[in-house]
Amino acid sequence: MSLAIETPGRKLPRWVTRHETMLALILAIALLALGAFNDRFLTVDNLLNQGRLMTEIGLIALPMTFVIITGGIDLSVGAIVGLCAIMLGYSWKYFGFPLPLAILFALAVGGAAGLVNGLVITRIKVPPLIMTIATLALYRGLAEGVSQAHSVRNYPEWFYILGQGSVLGVPTQLVILIVLVVIAGVALDRTTFGRTLYAIGSNETAARFSALNVDRTKLVIYTLSGLASALAAVVLVSRVTTTRMDMGMGYELDVIAAVVLGGTSIFGGSGTIWGTVIGVAMIQLLKNGLALTGVKGDATIIVIGVALILSVLIASSMQRRRDQSA
Amino acid sequence: MSATAALGATSARGWTLRRFASQEALLAVAVIGLAVVVGFINPRFLAYRNLADVLLGNAYIGIAAVGMSMVIISGNIDISVGALIGVLATVSGSLAVAGAPIVVCWLAPLILGVAVMAAQGAVVAYLRIPAIVVTLGMMSILRGGLISVTGGKWITDLPDTFHLADLNVLGAPMPVVIMVVATAVAALWMRYSPRGRSIYATGGNAEAARLCGVNPQRTVVMVFALHGLFAGAATLVYATQLRVIQSTTPSGLELTIITATVVGGVSILGGVGTVIGATLAAILIAEITSALVFINISPYWTDAVRGALIIATVIADIMRRQRRAARGWKK
Repeated sequence: MSLAIETPGRKLPRWVTRHETMLALILAIALLALGAFNDRFLTVDNLLNQGRLMTEIGLIALPMTFVIITGGIDLSVGAIVGLCAIMLGYSWKYFGFPLPLAILFALAVGGAAGLVNGLVITRIKVPPLIMTIATLALYRGLAEGVSQAHSVRNYPEWFYILGQGSVLGVPTQLVILIVLVVIAGVALDRTTFGRTLYAIGSNETAARFSALNVDRTKLVIYTLSGLASALAAVVLVSRVTTTRMDMGMGYELDVIAAVVLGGTSIFGGSGTIWGTVIGVAMIQLLKNGLALTGVKGDATIIVIGVALILSVLIASSMQRRRDQSA
Repeated sequence: MSATAALGATSARGWTLRRFASQEALLAVAVIGLAVVVGFINPRFLAYRNLADVLLGNAYIGIAAVGMSMVIISGNIDISVGALIGVLATVSGSLAVAGAPIVVCWLAPLILGVAVMAAQGAVVAYLRIPAIVVTLGMMSILRGGLISVTGGKWITDLPDTFHLADLNVLGAPMPVVIMVVATAVAALWMRYSPRGRSIYATGGNAEAARLCGVNPQRTVVMVFALHGLFAGAATLVYATQLRVIQSTTPSGLELTIITATVVGGVSILGGVGTVIGATLAAILIAEITSALVFINISPYWTDAVRGALIIATVIADIMRRQRRAARGWKK
């Protein structure tokens, strides 16, 4: 996308035809339509609540955008959420860790899980798809093995501020998400690190020959992916007040769908954080809108699956047309 | 075409032979060795009843792994197969309960399996969408569709004639017969027929395959269609063993099937592997799961063991390739 900006000879200004602008437009229309359809939808309370619910997916979607821009993928994020949630509860209850330490421990486990992905992907050159399918099985398996299907509840009251409380009327976790969105957006757009990601995704060999540290960058983004999943796990536990081994199951679908819907190319090389934010909002909106019109929770994953395939289809056919006209 | 086949055959036969000395033989030794060790700790593990249960209860994974092997050898992946098997089992069971002729109940999963997978293959091949995106999307469509249509209700009161898996052929139980026949036919076909060889060619180097006269797109669609056929056959064995069909998808089934395939020696980089290894690996994984119970380890550790196994195999596969490539450079 960043490269295409230079393409001359367009009738419409570039920002109008951008994927993100189109999406924002669709999002606005969908919001208004749902609002007109159901008067409980377009209320401040409902929208803030939806923001609360979309935070976990949003947190993971930020580093997933980085990963997909480099042409990689991380399917283990949902399993890391499960593993970290279990580690949080387990270390607090059975190791006797104070809760703040248990939270740090969960974050460390998530970071380590991501680091393991990154190390094997960069050092041994296992394709990201295969490595993260394998660790999806391993991390979920560890969550099952450690927890033995026991759940942990009864956390101290202050812990619930994170997932259920609010700051100046805005849900706590949404504030965290917004701060991280800004950091991720700036990092992607304005730093060497961010531009390196695009370089890797466009042409990895060229990036290496340009003396970019490809392996270290990849190591960082897979570790970030693990860390963000761990943070999502902490927020999730605080929101639902319990720890279960099947937490985060299927998150990889929502996250990847959101990122791809937001205009990040599954082939790597293009994408923006703003697009991802709109993608995350649209996925949450779909779920909420469908729920309000009486569709059951399980059925919404059909729509997300269709959205995933269609958005990649449309994006790739538009790309092909652009290539042909160029 | 004959040139391709010959070219593919010499190099790939070298691979296959070397592989036979390593991965398949290794798996066979592991299957027997594990049985001996666990039998030593707990002799009840070796009871005929238990071994038969392990083999019969997991034959369907071996069958599905045959199709998955083809998909991975062609350089693709499919993570929708677990959900598909769940859907096909429900369709087959519902037909049986509704009183459809039993042959229709048995044929429906095969036909439907081929249709769904061929459609996915076409999207992958002709619209050039990565298989992971297509099959991830399809997985959620199938899983969500199944739950919203059935509401999670169980299928009971299946007619007695439905239970194909309970039949015997010349004294051998049907699931094992289907598994052995499917594996053998697929192994021979992939090794000796030009079409079978074109799967290796496409997975090894799609552009080179195209220049040799293989149509990579058509090959990918064919591979997915065959994968659907094996998924249908796996469903048949799986569903007709059950007295009650839960109309949900068996969770993590796609991971078990992919693990069996990869542990069986199918290189995840495409182009290499045999279906015999995949079937042996399916048996090994089932054996490990059962062994854990007999040496008093909680079954909740099964998935972790499976995950560790797949990672170890993948890393070993890649490192072996790198060593070989390094040797090649020196020459």
